[in-house]
Amino acid sequence: MSTERRADETMPEDWSVPWPLRVARVRRETGDVATLELTPASSFAFAAGQFNMLYVFGLGEVAISISGDPAKGDRIVHTIRAVGAVSGALTRLRRDAVVGVRGPYGSAWPVAEAEGSDVVIIAGGLGLAPLRPAMYSVLGRRQHYGRIILLYGARGPADILYRRELEAWRCRLDIDIAVTVDHAGADWRGNVGVVPTLIPRISFDPHHAVALVCGPEIMMRFTIAALRDRGLAEDRIYLSMERNMKCAAGLCGRCQFGPHFICRDGPIFRFDRIAPVFGIREI
Amino acid sequence: MEGLERVVLKHPFFAGLGSEFGVAISGCARNLRFAASEYLFREDEPANEFYLIRHGTVALELHAPGQPAIVIATLREGDILDAAWLVPPYRWNFDARAAELVRALGVNARCLRDKCEADHDLGYELMKRFVGAMGERLRATRLQVLDVYGTSRG
Repeated sequence: MSTERRADETMPEDWSVPWPLRVARVRRETGDVATLELTPASSFAFAAGQFNMLYVFGLGEVAISISGDPAKGDRIVHTIRAVGAVSGALTRLRRDAVVGVRGPYGSAWPVAEAEGSDVVIIAGGLGLAPLRPAMYSVLGRRQHYGRIILLYGARGPADILYRRELEAWRCRLDIDIAVTVDHAGADWRGNVGVVPTLIPRISFDPHHAVALVCGPEIMMRFTIAALRDRGLAEDRIYLSMERNMKCAAGLCGRCQFGPHFICRDGPIFRFDRIAPVFGIREI
Repeated sequence: MEGLERVVLKHPFFAGLGSEFGVAISGCARNLRFAASEYLFREDEPANEFYLIRHGTVALELHAPGQPAIVIATLREGDILDAAWLVPPYRWNFDARAAELVRALGVNARCLRDKCEADHDLGYELMKRFVGAMGERLRATRLQVLDVYGTSRG
């Protein structure tokens, strides 16, 4: 099969063949983070929390969470931090560039199952990107949820993702948002401290709440401890796990996490199902 | 005094404290108000008082010569500030600035230390609460210095 494909083709049936899509828009979020909007030829359906494999032709593929609105299939949105050769190349792409896309893959945030409950969304750093679709989903059906709370921690004020959107959400009267940074200058008027320190301050019903958590693993560990202190059971906590995903089909084994493959069984896991291996240092 | 006792016992840090202890603490307390940008105290000043924040945000700052201040933490309503009054040399080791209007209870350190010496039940009760609060801050600070967002998911 020829690997040359036009960017207006529909998604190939062979899961291993990337779908060439054109970059419609690039937004610089912070110094090393960019958001790409890709235009699929046909509507793209995905669930909040899933990821795509993005292929920079000639360089390689990386797994990137989808960070757009699941209700808007005309755009595929990815927010990417430049941490390696491929992710760095992705952040340097310009409008009209073509990237290969395979996906969507993986499990999803339980936004439908959480209806009727309070929803506590806790993000650290770039972890806000895979949680943003969940935020769009619950806000799209706002009346079906109890309290909606977003806690977000970033390294510093200049590293805050989706700042305008956060400010817009903060203006709403039906959600609670708290942003904190690890370090700041004296001109920063917001919170300084790690995101788990916000948890004792929020108001939710632990018996009727679901927490969605994404960020560096150590941040999630501290966050889980703080949620447990508030009385939230392990089966009400969901995490997005990250490992080095290569094939996205559970074949290569690179993303093995104990008995699980992150790409196939995750990346979203209910915490009680991975708790036995979560604290094992060698995994 | 009754009013202050009620305020002391209503503060989250003293949740569940016996009323006799509330009377003892409130006997050393006074109401305080700090305007935005006003410093509650500066690094190395004597820690003659500790504070129960009732309203507003306090920024804890460190200074290095020739550099702007770095905010290392913010404290809010329901928090305490801090434990330097409890152990020698009774000196603050950071600056505390009111980031906005702050209302607080200030508790005289010498007065309360003397009461703790005279009544070890009160002293032990306070020590348990302060050790717990300081332990939580230490855990948070450890996570903070790890700079966990430096290489997060991409």
